Formats: sequence, C-alpha cells, structure tokens
Amino acid sequence: MNRFSLWPQAASEQAARVDLLFIGLLVISGAILLLVAGLLLVFCLRYRRGSSAPRGLLPGFLRRDVEIGWTTGTLFLALFLFWWAGATQLRAKDPPAGALEIHVAAKQWMWKARHPNGAREINALHVPRGEAVRLVMTSQDVIHSFFVPAFRLKQDVIPGRFTEMWFRATEPGEYRLFCAEFCGTDHARMGGTVTVMQPEDYARWAAAQPQEENLAEEGARLFTALGCSGCHAPASAVHAPLLAGAYGRMVHLADGRTIRADEAYIRDSILQPKRDVVAGFEPIMPSFEGLVDQGDLQRLVAYVQSLRGEAAR
Amino acid sequence: MSGITAERAVPDRPSRADSYLTVETGLASWLLTTDHKRIALLYMAAITVFFFVGGAGAVAMRIELFTPQADLLSADAYNRAFTFHGVIMVWFFLIPSIPVILGNFLLPLMIGARDLAFPRLNLISWYIFIAAGALAAYTLLAGGVDTGWTFYTPLSTAFANGHVLAAATAVFVAGFSTIASAVNFIVTTHLLRAPGLTWFRLPLFVWALYATSVVMVLATPVLAMVLLLIFAERAFGIPIFDPLRGGDPVLFQHLFWFYSHPAVYIMILPSFGVISELVTCYARRRVFGYSFMVYAILWISLVGFLVWGHHMFVSGQSVFASLAFSLLSFVVAVPSAIKVFNWTATLYRGQIVFDAPMIYALGFIGLFTIGGLTGLFLASVPVDVHVTDTYFVVAHFHYIMVGGAVSAFYGGLTFWWPKMTGRLYPEGWARFAAVMMFFGFGFTFFPMFIMGFLGMPRRYHVYPEEFQVWHVLASAGAVILAAAYLLPMGYFAWSLVWGRRASANPWDATGLEWQTSSPPPRENFLVSPAVDRGPYDYHPAHTGPPSMEREPHRPQGGQA
Repeated sequence: MNRFSLWPQAASEQAARVDLLFIGLLVISGAILLLVAGLLLVFCLRYRRGSSAPRGLLPGFLRRDVEIGWTTGTLFLALFLFWWAGATQLRAKDPPAGALEIHVAAKQWMWKARHPNGAREINALHVPRGEAVRLVMTSQDVIHSFFVPAFRLKQDVIPGRFTEMWFRATEPGEYRLFCAEFCGTDHARMGGTVTVMQPEDYARWAAAQPQEENLAEEGARLFTALGCSGCHAPASAVHAPLLAGAYGRMVHLADGRTIRADEAYIRDSILQPKRDVVAGFEPIMPSFEGLVDQGDLQRLVAYVQSLRGEAAR
Repeated sequence: MSGITAERAVPDRPSRADSYLTVETGLASWLLTTDHKRIALLYMAAITVFFFVGGAGAVAMRIELFTPQADLLSADAYNRAFTFHGVIMVWFFLIPSIPVILGNFLLPLMIGARDLAFPRLNLISWYIFIAAGALAAYTLLAGGVDTGWTFYTPLSTAFANGHVLAAATAVFVAGFSTIASAVNFIVTTHLLRAPGLTWFRLPLFVWALYATSVVMVLATPVLAMVLLLIFAERAFGIPIFDPLRGGDPVLFQHLFWFYSHPAVYIMILPSFGVISELVTCYARRRVFGYSFMVYAILWISLVGFLVWGHHMFVSGQSVFASLAFSLLSFVVAVPSAIKVFNWTATLYRGQIVFDAPMIYALGFIGLFTIGGLTGLFLASVPVDVHVTDTYFVVAHFHYIMVGGAVSAFYGGLTFWWPKMTGRLYPEGWARFAAVMMFFGFGFTFFPMFIMGFLGMPRRYHVYPEEFQVWHVLASAGAVILAAAYLLPMGYFAWSLVWGRRASANPWDATGLEWQTSSPPPRENFLVSPAVDRGPYDYHPAHTGPPSMEREPHRPQGGQA
C-alpha cells in the first residue's frame, strides 16, 4: 500500500473499465496537446519577427473550411468520448440480483458497516472476492462520500436518504477507504481499510464475528413495537398493503403513477405515507417522522426487504 | 484618412493638467471619483490586498501539506485556511479581477467612449465591494469559517462551528457589486460605442466582457437566493435543506452549482478576451476566425448554464441526469477548443515578437489546453466518479483559474500597464517573470493530477505517506510560483518612478485605446474617435505582413 507508483491499484471489475477509458482519454488528450504545442512551437520559430519564411496570400481553403472542419471534428470527438464514457457507466448501473447487501452508516467521523448476518465493523469493510457486493448507505449527520480508489468508486452518503453503490472485487488485499466529501473537523481522518478476502475466508471471518441479531430481526421487533404490524400483518382487520414480497416490485399508486418499491420508497412511505399511496388503499397511515431515527429506518427497511425472501419461497 | 497620420495626431503624453492621474489631486479626488480609470485603480488596490490574503491561505496549506502529519495547523485551522483561500480567491479576486480592473479601465477606451454609462454606479459598486471585503475580513478576524467555499448543507447550516453567516453575507454583498458592474458594462457596450463601431467590429475583449456581464447578471441572483436560504435555515431555523425536517440537502448543490458553474465562465471568459488581444498584437496578425471567436464566447456563456450537474455525478442523482449533464459538458468543450485552435492559427504567417505579454499569452494557451483537456476526463462519468473530490479536480480548476485566468490577468496588466500609468515596465524582468510563472505553475499543480488519480482526496490536512512525494513537489513549485507573482508587483512599482515614459502606442497596436495619449486624459479622447474598419488590421486582408519588417498597421479608428 505504500509503494511509490504512478498508477493506483486496481481491484474491481469497474476499475479495469475505468482504467481503459482513462488510458483512452490520456492518448487522445496527449495527441491534442502535442498537436497544439507542436503547432505553437513551429509557428513561433518559423514566423518569428524578421524570419525569411514567406507570408504571401493565405490559401483560400484556410479562411473558412478549416474552421468548419475543426469545429465539426472536435464535436464528433466529443460525442464519441461521451458515447464511450456513457456506455461504460451504463454497463455498471444496476447490481446483479442476489448481490451481498451490506449496510453502511456514516457519521462524523467514522464509517459503520453492518453485514447481512449481523456482523458489525467500524472504519473497516471485509468483502468476498468475486461476489457482487451492494452497499446501502446513509448518513446520520452531514454528507460524506464513500471512496475506495482501488475500486475507482465513490458515492456520496447523504442524511435522510439511501444511496447505493455496488462492486465486484477482483483482487484480494487491503485497500484504502476515504471520506471524499468535506464533512467537518476530522474529515481527513475519516477513513479505513477495505479488505478483499477469498470467499471461503470471508465466510469464516463473518462466522467468527460476534453474532448479534441482524438488521432485519431488529427491524421485525421494531415493526411490532411501533405498531406497524397492527395494520400490515396478514391477519389484521385494517385494510393495509401486505408487505411480503412487496420489496423490489413495481407498485401502482392511487394517482395512476407506477413506482418501484425500493429502499427510498419504503423509507418515504414510513415518513410521508400520504405521498405515494398504493392504489386501492385509503391514506390512513400516520407519519412516523420524528418517531424513528436513521438507524431505526435502516432496520425497518431491512425487515421489509427480508420479507421478499418469504414470498419467493 | 491614413492610420499613420491619425496616430501622429495624438500626443504621446498629455500635459499634467490633462492626464487622468494628475488632473485632480488629493485623497477625496480619488475616493469620490467617477472616472472609470481611477475606479479601476481603486479596484486594483483592493484586489491586490485580497490576493495577498487569499495567497496567505494557500501558503499556510502548502507548508502544512509538506509532511503527512499535522505540524503547522490543527485540523480546524487547516479547514478554515482552505475555506478562506477559496472564498477570497473566487469572489474577491478571480471574479472581479479582469472585469473590474482591466475591463473598467479599458471598456470605454476600447469603444471610444468618455466613461461607462453610469459613472456613479461604478463608484458605488466599488464601495459595495469594499463593504463586502470588510465583512470577509471580519469573518477572518472573528475566527474564520470551516465549510469550504461551497457551503454544502447540512454541514453549513447545522454542523459548522465557524462564522458561516458572516462569510455568506460577505459573498452576498459582493454579488451586488458584481451585478452593478455587469449592468454598467452591458449598457455601455450597447449605447456608447463610437460611430462606426458595429458589433462585429468590437475587439474580442469587449465581446468577452459583454458575455461575462450577461452571465453575471443572470447567475449572481441565484447565488444571492441560495445564500439567503442558508441564512434562513442557520439563523432562523427555517427548514429548507435539513433532512430531519423534510428538507433536501442535495437541493442546495443544484442551486449552488447553477450559479457556480457559470461563475467558472465568469472567471475565464474575460481572459479569453485578453489573450485574443495579446496574441493578435504580438503576432502582428488579424485574429484567425474572428466571427467564430465571437460565437464561441456566446455559445460558452449559454451552454455554461446547462452543465451544473457535472459537479454532482456522485451525489446520488439519477444516472440518466448524469449522462445528460455529461453530454452537455462535452459539448461546451468544443467552443473552448475552437478558441485554442484559433489562437494557434493566428500565429500562422505572423511576425511574432516575444515580449512579456506574448509569453504570458503562450503560457496561457498551454496551461488552458491542459486544463481544458482534463475537463474531458471529468465530463466522463465513470472517470469523474473516481477522481471527483480528489486533487485531480483541484489541479484541473487551478489550471483553468490560476494557470489560465491569473496568467491572463498578469499578461493583460503588463500589456496595458503603459496605457494605465504612462510608464514602460522593464522588459527583461517581465519576460523572466512570465517564464517563471509558467514553470512554477506546472511544478505546483501538475503533481496534483497524479496524486488525485492515485486517490488523494481534497481538503485533507493529514494524508497517507504514499502521497508525500507529490505534495513535496507541489509545495516546492509553489515557492517558485509565489516568487513569480511577487516579482511583477516589484517591477511595476519600480516602473512608476523610474520606468521610461511610454508613447501613446508603444506596441503599435490597432485598438482604439491606443489612439489616445498614455496615460489618457480625463475624458479619454480629446476628439471623439470614429471607426471605419474591423479590429486587428495589422496587414492587408488574407496576406501576411512582409517577411523582413513590421508592416505599419492601420488603427481601428481615428480622431475624426
């Protein structure tokens, strides 16, 4: 990790694609820079004051055609680069189904991670090599940014909403984790280590962590404690949407829109239940704004997510 | 009317009673002046002070970053240093520098007017600027502010301990000064052009000032509004950005960058104008593709309003929004490239003289090209995701703002110094400073591209050891750069007393500002000029100047 180098370590699938694009941009920009610098140098030498170079009539094609030529040339180059960069980004847009889901909570000035089996880490993240890992992140105070240079990935972590990023690590090793968005006094010390392990090592590591209830189980208790189950349980007398299998599905809303029931939707439905009411239901749910904090929200969302599995089974 | 006789009709030096510098004396004659030339000098005095204050922040940072540990500054002190560096340099140096110093001085001269359209508004805008500067100084003395110049919420509204409101007020007030100057420039350009000076005969510096002023008038109110929202939330607890009370912290970023990306063009467009004037004069060539240069300026000002989202690729905005902003960012790169190509082509078949302003201009083209090309990296979403908020971005915008705008400012100041003061600067020292500025800049900021790509995040006062080599290079380069910035201040001051007297047109340039004495009289022109040709008439159309000597140029206008 401490060697002198000109190229950062690359340890994810996306890193390889970003590096390819970066090299392409380097080559193209290098060529343009050489062209401009070369022309400047040649013109400066050849047409310095008093040199004997001829300076007769300007060739006709130079007056307008050249201008139009390099304008369109530059435009097409720009469009080509946009296409290349855009395609690279879209390829990595959605995580594959069944990605390992790790919840990350940021606060001034530490990173807290929670694995599916309940294992917790602070300023460290262990992930298996070769498996898609999806981070669902939120902040408890200001905006932070989860940055792993070796993965070429960065995602702002925002209070009051979930953001996510996913990656597939390719090389076992230890990599730096930084906070990239300025977040106050100890911003520079808000970092840690991402450890990529072989899958079997990861399984062993995860099993060896102190077992606690996982997020979903805690969420299930909250679900009862807060009274959610009074309406949303299958046996309830109140007419409320059933949550089993709801996560990830497209939902028809009362106002005709269709929306995907993702983390953000579940979160919003807890805080602002009257905003996106499911078609066929009355807007009778009270808001839980102020009754649940960010941690509780993460637990409740994890619980609703966990119901997906039961429906599928 | 021959250009040569018209030129000879102008006295090189005005009598003491005529020169704007000596026509009135006493402190009040300066502090209450409505002469655009004197106000430009007032601005120069104020902005020089801010340049030193902002520079002090940079010096503190570069010393601190020499080692990976915290030695000179505590974490909070470092955060306040870079915030102050950013706030001062953006709003109190870069945005005003070229428009209100060179622009204020030159715009009426270049269009053959006696003054700006609203001379008293011009003076008021200086006082507003000074009031804003006093607020900024108060912020610093009271203990500073620790949010970064970007004031991101909810850090700035709920968590920062510094004097956020004082800093925001300073910036808010400075905005009124900007708007007042911009309105003045727009009206002046529309109404006060000399007879015959049609829009497509305007020098490119005037076009650049005009476009900049339009962007200022349209963008600055958005900044004022977003700062008021910060004020409402931090001072009065009105929830706007606070997520705990239903606000949206990312909304702030949209509003802020809707102003601040156009602000980038506010900072760089005037330097495009300056460089066009310098290149064409010292190459003794008409500027290549004049109309394309004008359209490029206008295109940049327009599309510059539509690319703000490229600052937010990792903010959680939709990937499709990111792609749209990416496309527009690539598109806005095209006119900048056109300008670089046109400056280069202007040299073709020229009679190039390597005086100091030309060296600044050539350095500008090189540094701006690198800054612009790295903009392509940042417009590419996947690469930006990796390098945003790292030193790569720091390097990129310093190449544009400092390598570009500050080099152009020094180049322009050198070029027009004889007109402003009536004295010639020492050419040898000026060339030395120009070369030193180019290399000092490169040594300071190029290593930042590399460490940024390696993953060094910005706004860190301690950092992992593997980045130290690059930080040491940057800090060492900063010493050279600082010397290159101080040197011209020394020889400019020297020239005021011992410099040779300048003639009316020491560079044989064609612009109207050279068709009056150096320094100009209070009313700019003893006889109002009229214009009968386009700008930059350094040689017969479509041919080069003769190979062995300078062709006598034809000035754009004469005293009719």
